[in-house]
Amino acid sequence: MHVVLEQIINGLTIGSFYALIALGYSMVYGVLKLINFAHGDFFALGSYMGYTLLVFGTAFLTSHLGLWGGMIAAMVTAAICLALIGILVERIAYRPIYPAGRLPAVVSALGASIILQNLIMVVWGPRYRAYPAALIPNIQMQVWGIHFTLLQLVILTLSFILMGFLYYTIQKTTFGAAVRASALDRDTAALMGIDFNKVIFFIFTLGPALGAMTGVMVGMYYRQISFIMGWNYGLKAFTATILGGIGNLPGAMFGGLILGVLEMMGAAYLSAAWKDVFVFLILILVLIFRPTGLFGEKTAEKV
Amino acid sequence: MEDKKTEESGRIPGSRKNAVFGIVILFAVFPFIAGDYYVDIGFFFGIYALLGLSLNIVLGEVGLFDLGHAGFYAIGAYTTAILNTQFGIPILVLLPVSALAASLFAYVVCSPIIHLKGDYLCIVTIGMGEIVRLALINNPFDLTGGPNGVFGIDFPSLGGLLVIDSSIEFYFLIWIVVALSIIGLLQLQQSRIGRAWNCIREDEVAAEANGIDVRSFKLLAFVLGAGLAGVAGNIYASKLMCVSPESFTFWESCLLFSIILIGGMGSIPGVLIGAAAISLFPEIFRPFAMFRMLVFGAVMILMMMFRPAGILPRKRGGMGFRPDHGNPVDDK
Repeated sequence: MHVVLEQIINGLTIGSFYALIALGYSMVYGVLKLINFAHGDFFALGSYMGYTLLVFGTAFLTSHLGLWGGMIAAMVTAAICLALIGILVERIAYRPIYPAGRLPAVVSALGASIILQNLIMVVWGPRYRAYPAALIPNIQMQVWGIHFTLLQLVILTLSFILMGFLYYTIQKTTFGAAVRASALDRDTAALMGIDFNKVIFFIFTLGPALGAMTGVMVGMYYRQISFIMGWNYGLKAFTATILGGIGNLPGAMFGGLILGVLEMMGAAYLSAAWKDVFVFLILILVLIFRPTGLFGEKTAEKV
Repeated sequence: MEDKKTEESGRIPGSRKNAVFGIVILFAVFPFIAGDYYVDIGFFFGIYALLGLSLNIVLGEVGLFDLGHAGFYAIGAYTTAILNTQFGIPILVLLPVSALAASLFAYVVCSPIIHLKGDYLCIVTIGMGEIVRLALINNPFDLTGGPNGVFGIDFPSLGGLLVIDSSIEFYFLIWIVVALSIIGLLQLQQSRIGRAWNCIREDEVAAEANGIDVRSFKLLAFVLGAGLAGVAGNIYASKLMCVSPESFTFWESCLLFSIILIGGMGSIPGVLIGAAAISLFPEIFRPFAMFRMLVFGAVMILMMMFRPAGILPRKRGGMGFRPDHGNPVDDK
């Protein structure tokens, strides 16, 4: 029983990564109906920025802020950088292409993804990079016989705080209402006085910033980052988005968490090599029986 | 998109005829002038052209988002590789077998998911492609050779009469297959099937109301597209003499997707242009070394800014429903 609970904690940790990345996909999809392929690379770039901050700011960060302070500082700085990059990418690669429709924007997003990925490779090199072990708190914990690390606990807490913050912003504030209105019907929302450009600004700062924070957390958790990891995590997070129902934010959160737990369970009890096959099979099965995802609303077909 | 009246696309006007003739001559003469290196690039251009044509059936003609097309390509390549190395069946015999295997796979896998719409279908095809790739890596029944793949595939031969083993011969093999496919697909575009497909792409509900069996026609597109991809897999496997899962990643599917969108949805000349862009750009930008993929990405973005409908979009002829709409698959 303890092992099962430990696996669930591991699964939730990974799942919270997927969920945070999935939120970025889902927000952009909800408002623009665009699969933002570059989002996974925002996440990877954030991870690399966090890496650089931790490696080169070692002396300053640890002496002034302590281990945890250093981690938070790296996350916040990476998030701010990525928010700026997110805006830049939106302005350059997406905004001129919206009028042309959805599919050209998808190609443009692929192009942006290629550029970001290769930018990381050119700047940081094609080899794996390792987060400095000395800077990451490694404290084992045990509660009622269940083993986990303090880092896991911190990651989970932080992820849930971030998810809660986003949920609150989108569901309870006026600004969130504007975002939801734009997602429902862009033209009518514009007629009601909602500034669509502000909504886009919002989703392209918040999404990449969340992605960057996740990137730093993934670096801390796995210690190892590579320039192609944007694709792998991006694909999983996108799967999570669809699993929950695309454009539905709570759906994306649950989708990510469910995906993480399923993956860990599959790895532990079926076969580690087949865990991703297991995840995709579940996704396909869910979609066969619920064609709009677990929490997706049934939309009537418009003629 | 194109609101001027053009000829019935079935009839080729004089200047078009000359252009087609010129291009055919150019393709036929090219390998005798160029060196082996360039002939090989020409071969891979041909492979991408064939894959582009196969995806064009699904994405271009019917408007189904398929981002797992590399999966069908992999099934064709591995069918050839395994049957050839294990049982010594000649490559050319395996050509139709690979096509059938990929088609059958598409039929079995796509039947339950064909009712999904737009992006949901898209993610399921991604999942399907990933499952194929991961299965190949995990080496089921010791058949696929795991991450290393299968080695020692024969060259295509006709019972000792003709052995295709040089760059030039492979070049002609792939381009003859491409040419035959183009002729077939042009016929298909004009047929009842092609028109039904385009009708589904423009408006699924209207198509169904007009008595088109949407489900069957969508499945048919997947089955035919997968079959052509299987053929490409067969030729690719015998050219490289080995296959490995690395060649069939999600990235490969994305490249194929871009071929169609860069060239122009549903346009066969567009597919050729798109395939040329995808296979030749990385070669042209080789001097940029590390930066070449950066340039490649930038070109993709610029292309979509200036020619969002693709370089050579399909002319609607007399069959366009909504000539003022630039975006045929916008489902919102």
